[in-house]
Amino acid sequence: MTAPLTQAAPARIAPGPPARPRRRLRKAGTVVLFLAPSFVPLAMFTLAPMVGSLWVALHDWNLISPMQWVGLDNFGDLIGDSNTWRAFGNTLYYIAGYLPLVFAGGLAAALALNTALRGRSVFRAAYFLPVVTSWVVVALVWKWLLNPSSGVVNEVLGAIGIDGPGWWTDPVWAMPSVILASAWKDVGFVMVILLAGLQSIPAEYYDAARVDGASTWKRFRHVTLPLLSPSSFFVVVISLINGFQVFDQVFVMTGGGPAGSTEVVVQQIYDLTFRYGRAGDASALSWLLFAVVLIVTAVQVRIQRRWVTYA
Amino acid sequence: MPDTETTPRRRPGRDRHLLALRIRKISLFAMLGLGAFVMLFPFAWTVITSITPGAGLSSPTLIPEEPGFDAYRTLLDTLPFWRIMANSLVIAVAATLLQLLTSAMAAYAFARLEFPGRNALFVVYLATLMVPMQVLVVPLFIQMRTFNLVDTYAALIAPSIASAFGVFLLRQAVAQVPRELDEAAIIDGAGHIRVFTMVILPLIRPALATFAVLAFMSSWNSFLWPLVIIRSPEFMTLPLGLSTLHGQFTTAWDVVMAGSVVSIIPIAVLYLAAQKYVIQGVARSGLK
Repeated sequence: MTAPLTQAAPARIAPGPPARPRRRLRKAGTVVLFLAPSFVPLAMFTLAPMVGSLWVALHDWNLISPMQWVGLDNFGDLIGDSNTWRAFGNTLYYIAGYLPLVFAGGLAAALALNTALRGRSVFRAAYFLPVVTSWVVVALVWKWLLNPSSGVVNEVLGAIGIDGPGWWTDPVWAMPSVILASAWKDVGFVMVILLAGLQSIPAEYYDAARVDGASTWKRFRHVTLPLLSPSSFFVVVISLINGFQVFDQVFVMTGGGPAGSTEVVVQQIYDLTFRYGRAGDASALSWLLFAVVLIVTAVQVRIQRRWVTYA
Repeated sequence: MPDTETTPRRRPGRDRHLLALRIRKISLFAMLGLGAFVMLFPFAWTVITSITPGAGLSSPTLIPEEPGFDAYRTLLDTLPFWRIMANSLVIAVAATLLQLLTSAMAAYAFARLEFPGRNALFVVYLATLMVPMQVLVVPLFIQMRTFNLVDTYAALIAPSIASAFGVFLLRQAVAQVPRELDEAAIIDGAGHIRVFTMVILPLIRPALATFAVLAFMSSWNSFLWPLVIIRSPEFMTLPLGLSTLHGQFTTAWDVVMAGSVVSIIPIAVLYLAAQKYVIQGVARSGLK
């Protein structure tokens, strides 16, 4: 294609005729026309509920009888409630298991697929399939695989002489079961993000390192890892946000049990609202969670300078 | 650095090098194969279980002794499963189309129109992106109850008419279209609506496709909101239907797996057909 011949830029800089009221009105009309279809729904179904949620958090309310103003009491009660701490503890346990697993798996898959290999697109497609599958399906499939009495995992373990645990029926093993299923689902997501990051590293860097006599490990440590850090940073930020909001797979696999061993924060919000009729506490807890996520994300953005290298 | 393959004469060192390379390649392949087995076996097991009558009551078998489709029959007898699947499809398609339209229009406004408070408004859009669904669930539920919309399609779809994420993603795409192209159209007498539909939309098609796939997937898989707002089976979507099914058949795993198979098939077909866009879309959302 040849370069456009029209000299458009000067025409834009040149001051137009003074805007007449009618033209301005038309201009405003255009803006409204283009923005209203997204702004009105966002205002109604996101902004208004946001404000509403804060309002509910300041009240005691069982969803039926009139609301009662309690000010910040709900927040105070939550902080003094051991269930809140247990919920945050369980959520942190989930993240501590899930994040390293999904990152290591995704990185290994991305490195293996970042080579000229026949059939790599087939492997990539296979690894990514769980990502498009819904959390409910993943949770059900893993609940079945990890069934204590007739699940295939314990059957295989039994065949090699290991007495498999009760998985999601055992308070000790329930959270590892949830973590396993979640990491399996998301490993393909991390792989795709890191693969894109790997492919954007210029080959010259590796060539230069090789000329300098750097070993495979040194090239990985001093070229790949630093230049992959922006993608790694994105994965960590997104995984932490999603980790704090973990719910679907917990609800389906354990419902927060057994004995509260997988009662994560969002499960607690759900139970407070729809099982115990404590909508005020639930809203306050959801804002507490939001605040924690915001702080964690902000801290990560601040400390990224120490480990993220932008080429 | 010149490659060893350019040297014409065979040398023992080169043979050893080639052998090492081949071993590395084979072990890499073996590792990838093992990984693929771990990723795919659960799907295969889902299908096998669904055609094993009475699975869950006895020890698992890799090849069912008397395969049958009883589970699928039970599935259809228990829940209006075709209707539930149609619900999921209609809701996901509607949500995707609505989000494409509203997001593309807003993207055009933010990238091309000039008006006071544009940046501030964009920040408001971005802020809604950070609010998790859990914060909104209670007031949204109350809102829908006030409007008498609990247990309706309208309530299912209302929160997904607009997408701040879509606005953000598509604004980047619109901003990359050279302004000369719109200006040429404006000189030809086109208004904003014509520029938007005839110039911008065709040029941002890859971004639209990427966003369409992401929006469809997120609607198809969403669970928390349907769980809160839907009670009757005839308005359920697949994830909610499946979770309800599991609540009714806690030990009949063949039925639950049959439901899983049925709900995986459409999204898997879509994924395999649009693989390029799906993977690119996810990769692009990471690179920004």
